[in-house]
Amino acid sequence: MVDPSWYLTLAALLFVIGMAGVMTRRNALIMFMSIELMLNAVNLTFVAGGIGYANPEGQLAVFFVLVVAAAEVVVGLAIVVSVFRRRRSVNVDDLSELKG
Amino acid sequence: MTDYVWLIIALPLLGAVVLHLVGSRLKEPLAGYIASVMSIGAFGVAVAAAIPVFKGDIGEAEIIHLWDWMPSLGASFTIQWDPLSIAMALLVTGVGSLIHVYSIGYMHGDERFSRYFTYLNFFAASMLILVLAGNFAMVFLGWELVGLSSYLLIGFWFTHDLPPAAAKKAFVLNRVGDFGFLIALMLIFKHFGTFDFGVVLNNPAAQIAGGTATAIGLLLLLGATGKSAQMPLFVWLPDAMAGPTPASALIHAATMVTAGVYMVARTAPIFDLSTTALTTVALVGVVTAFIAATIAVVQNDIKKVLAYSTISQLGYMFIGVGSAAYSAGIFHLVTHAFFKALLFLGAGSVIHSMGGEQDMRKMGGLFKKMKVTGWTMAVATLAIAGIPPLAGFWSKDEILAAAFARGGVYQAIWALGLVTALLTAFYMTRWFFMVFLGEPNWDEGIEPHESPQSMSVPLVILAVLAAVGGLMNTPFFTGFSNFLHPVFAAVHEQHAPDGTLEYLLLAISIVVAVAGVAAGWLFYRGSAEARAHLLERYALRMNFFENGWNINSGYERFVVKPLGTLAEGAAEFDNKVIDSAVNGVASVVGWTGAKLQLVQTGFVRSYGVGILSGTIGLVVWILMSRGR
Repeated sequence: MVDPSWYLTLAALLFVIGMAGVMTRRNALIMFMSIELMLNAVNLTFVAGGIGYANPEGQLAVFFVLVVAAAEVVVGLAIVVSVFRRRRSVNVDDLSELKG
Repeated sequence: MTDYVWLIIALPLLGAVVLHLVGSRLKEPLAGYIASVMSIGAFGVAVAAAIPVFKGDIGEAEIIHLWDWMPSLGASFTIQWDPLSIAMALLVTGVGSLIHVYSIGYMHGDERFSRYFTYLNFFAASMLILVLAGNFAMVFLGWELVGLSSYLLIGFWFTHDLPPAAAKKAFVLNRVGDFGFLIALMLIFKHFGTFDFGVVLNNPAAQIAGGTATAIGLLLLLGATGKSAQMPLFVWLPDAMAGPTPASALIHAATMVTAGVYMVARTAPIFDLSTTALTTVALVGVVTAFIAATIAVVQNDIKKVLAYSTISQLGYMFIGVGSAAYSAGIFHLVTHAFFKALLFLGAGSVIHSMGGEQDMRKMGGLFKKMKVTGWTMAVATLAIAGIPPLAGFWSKDEILAAAFARGGVYQAIWALGLVTALLTAFYMTRWFFMVFLGEPNWDEGIEPHESPQSMSVPLVILAVLAAVGGLMNTPFFTGFSNFLHPVFAAVHEQHAPDGTLEYLLLAISIVVAVAGVAAGWLFYRGSAEARAHLLERYALRMNFFENGWNINSGYERFVVKPLGTLAEGAAEFDNKVIDSAVNGVASVVGWTGAKLQLVQTGFVRSYGVGILSGTIGLVVWILMSRGR
């Protein structure tokens, strides 16, 4: 059996990669993909925790995350599509109308 | 018949409501006809309801309960139908009807013709509530409503400069008096626990001592000085002449301004308990009568003379009721209503035919052009001057005789009253000469003409009343006093002396009146130049009188100016302190917002950094606190 610390290390790695993607990229779609990466890193942590503590609730939490993530993608992608139709671009730095 | 007494109030009120709702759609004379019919109808009901009282079938006061209003305060809608209210109701509806009819001619061509009659009917209803009331609360209701309708009618031509200011002045000075009246009512309620006349005026000595009676009396007097234009609140009445002349005749000569006299007479049982209050009433009356007469001598506006004359005559009424000669005071109220309404309507007729001119120096010689107006005015002038056997002589003489008979300080009042009578005869003769006799001094293009019949017929009727109205109460036939006697049966009423003294006083009155008329005749029959020469020598003193003893400017300096300064100070405080505190709060909030808005950069990454650093901070904090 693989030591749980490996799972956690992998999850942390995935999370940091996703975070770096969100912070550095300006294309809304890439940012979405990065956010999905971060969500899955968290999912991996849950699953690993569930195995480590022999508790099924960790796996249960993952289902909720998946559902919420799916909903988030639906809404988010719809926004991105409509922004693209209007502006022919999905560069988030252009979307600064609410700048103070 | 007394079951229908409520119609006396209801008819004019109905007229006012109907005219208010549909008046603007009516053709011109129709509104006047409706209002006049309502007023005449009220007069008819009043006469019909008064007949049993005249016949003596009803001795006691009849109380007609209409509906509960504030029963716990003893204030319901009740009409007190006794000789005093009958006299007032007949006067208000009778003279009022004549003035309604007259107004149809006078207001011809006015663009707010129907609105004028709405107000006139509304006034009649208000005044009737006041005089028919069966308790103090209803009196107060009527008291305020007549004030309102007076305000509306003074300011009727509100697009001109003068009327709105005059209306405001009248209203404010009336409020000063009302303040006293209101406190008097509170005192009455405190001591009697009710507003009902039947309780309060039936032997008040059982409830209040002399001091309280004096306080109530003096406060009621303050109310009366406001409404009846006495010292020191009389300055609104001359200004009120800015209103339409028939309204002046009705409100500011015949009826509303006599409300104060009526009230003192109505509350006679209270005044009966306090010599101080009663003497104060008489003193206020005589001082007002004298001062107003001196001012009237030098006025040049045809209506201003009459306004000051009204104030002076109201002073006589106050001498009357203040001498406890209540029926004499009310008698003078009635005769004065006849001849003063006549004088005002005549003045209106003159102003009408002179195309709006009111300066008497630009009149003269009108007698030949306006026969009816001229003759009726001659009657009115002699009546007010006190020439027997016209109305003014009998009533004025009775008041002065009663004051003389009371003795003490009242004899000084009598003397000053006699001087005032001389002045009255003088200034009225002057008025008549300047307007109707002498050389015409008309402006170019003015063609005086007699007024239409709707105006001249009321003049003639009033002239007859002014001529013979006094005969209902003379030293030889006291019909009017006898009629009023049930009302004042319980109080100590002062009567004129009997026998030789009576005839002596009568003779003195006649001499004084004739002397006044003769002086006026001698002075004003001559050429204008000789007069001007004589006047020049006394110009300085004349200015004092012409400015109304500087009372108006005194108010201006000592009341209006300080209040204005105070108001300006308050406005300054509001602008500088309160406004800047409010503005300061707003600007602090605005400044903070301006600084904080810089956080919202509009770049997704910077929000991301915020979330990230927040999360890291939280995690570090949780880990640290666990470690402890």
